[in-house]
Amino acid sequence: MTALQHQSRRRRRNILPGFGPTMGYTLLYLSIVVLIPLGGLVLKSAEIGPAKFWRLATQDKEVIPAYELAFGASFLAALTNAFFGFVVAWTLVRIRFPGRRLVDAVVDMPFALPTAVSGIALATLFGPVGWIGKYTHAMGWKTAYSQTGVFIALVFIGLPFAVRTLQPALEDLDAEVEEAAMSLGATRWQTFWKVIFPALWPAVLTGFALSFARAVGEYGSVTFISGNIPFETKIPAQLIREDLEGNYYVSATVVAVVMLGFSFVMLLAVNLLQWWTGRKFRRAV
Amino acid sequence: MRKRGKGLAGGRLVKFACVATTVGFIGVFLVLPLLVVFWEGFTHGKGFFEAVASYFRAFSDPYARKAIWVTLLVAAIAVPLNVVFGLAAAWSIAKFEFRGKSLLVTLIDLPFAVSPVISGLIFVLLFGSKGYFGPWLADPSYPTHVHWVGWSGGNWWPVSMEWASLHWQSIRIIFALPGVVLATVFVTFPFVARELIPLMQEQGNEEELAAISLGASGLQTFWRVTMPNVKWGLLYGVVLCTARAMGEFGAVAVVSGGELGGPTMTLPLYIGTEYESSTQRAFAIATLLATIGLVSMMVKTVLEWRMEREG
Repeated sequence: MTALQHQSRRRRRNILPGFGPTMGYTLLYLSIVVLIPLGGLVLKSAEIGPAKFWRLATQDKEVIPAYELAFGASFLAALTNAFFGFVVAWTLVRIRFPGRRLVDAVVDMPFALPTAVSGIALATLFGPVGWIGKYTHAMGWKTAYSQTGVFIALVFIGLPFAVRTLQPALEDLDAEVEEAAMSLGATRWQTFWKVIFPALWPAVLTGFALSFARAVGEYGSVTFISGNIPFETKIPAQLIREDLEGNYYVSATVVAVVMLGFSFVMLLAVNLLQWWTGRKFRRAV
Repeated sequence: MRKRGKGLAGGRLVKFACVATTVGFIGVFLVLPLLVVFWEGFTHGKGFFEAVASYFRAFSDPYARKAIWVTLLVAAIAVPLNVVFGLAAAWSIAKFEFRGKSLLVTLIDLPFAVSPVISGLIFVLLFGSKGYFGPWLADPSYPTHVHWVGWSGGNWWPVSMEWASLHWQSIRIIFALPGVVLATVFVTFPFVARELIPLMQEQGNEEELAAISLGASGLQTFWRVTMPNVKWGLLYGVVLCTARAMGEFGAVAVVSGGELGGPTMTLPLYIGTEYESSTQRAFAIATLLATIGLVSMMVKTVLEWRMEREG
């Protein structure tokens, strides 16, 4: 940093008013709304003690199938979203077709629709008499009140994450590079795997991770289509809600801490991934 | 801007397959659910007029009306709180340099990483009947008409509030409106700050510095220089925040008492409850929330076009 830049930075700090009050308010409000309540969760789980925590986290009969369902269905949904998100993002960035802008706007629907509304809509659509459900149920494929239903809801909720992370990466990708590869004799397949995919996989992985993290914690859109059948379609969030209704704060806390720990690990992974890609990109430039 | 070229997607067949997959997938998973909401809300009863009548009859349900008011009230408290916070946070973070800035930004984003049900749970742990402050809030040794405490003689004493014609049983937070507001504030916490921080950082400090050195006060600078520069970002943040505040389900479900017509029955909860008994009524009311969501999507699209044109 040059002396001049340093000086201007120092001057800026001195001249603009209001740092003290705004920062003070920010920290106070952040503490009251976010930090203290989350601290209460940490305190509660610390009170339980590691042995009891472990017992509650692993030996409750209902908890294990709920974790399995949440992580399994979320993983499959995130994979589905990574694949279809790639196709959708590719189509929206590279292909001009009538209605492209409309389709592009519609991708945000799961963000915009309240989860309870998407929940009842998906449950009806894929239910036994729904527009899609009546055909799938006639074929003997239960798409509502089943684990498939949970998967469907999680695909719905996660798709925008995959598409919106891939779009900017695709826009940065110069089509000329592919043309160069192809004019030099590469096949389409080679061009995809050797030119396009290496540049895009961090974005694909980020989209996958974001979609996965969101799906694991999702509640509103899942609870209606899942039917909350014990040991079969009950997700951990539903268990937390039922525990609280029975005033079982401790077991609710344990499940919550496990879920929260997982989403923080995912968040950390996403940040590391972005940091790493950013560094690689800068080095390349 | 966007690079346009033939690239890999040159072939006609590949292009067609891509567009077909995209439209098909988005049609089934995103558009059909939205259509279901409006279809189920409108088409019950034989004939057009009966269908429309049944749609509007859903809104004459007193519980539905109460739920609309509760939702509006909660949003009217939660959104301004987060707007004030967003402005303060954006000013201090974007206009000044200090240590730990990225940590602070991460902490502000934290509520997005917390599952909705857990967002409700943390407030139950604090204020629920068996929570940290629960016993203190609902102390049975206080007479029921006394609900507040005053400082006198070096001690906290119960104060009768009957003279103020407030007849609360005790301070209730969970299963009461304050809990719903708290959960909503938590869930919508990052929206405004998140829109404003990058925008204000992009604007830089030059204009503000010029205003200050020409003798404007801090508040004048803020209202006349900073605000006009970030007004669209702020508007977008407010729209997102409001839409989410009105649509939150999981977090509110945990802290709500769940009784129909009660002070904690927000619109999404009402829809969830009604879905079990009267699907048509649930969907008719759901069209309201879906419309709010659609409007927020449209605002986003319009603002993006505007920024593209201006930028």
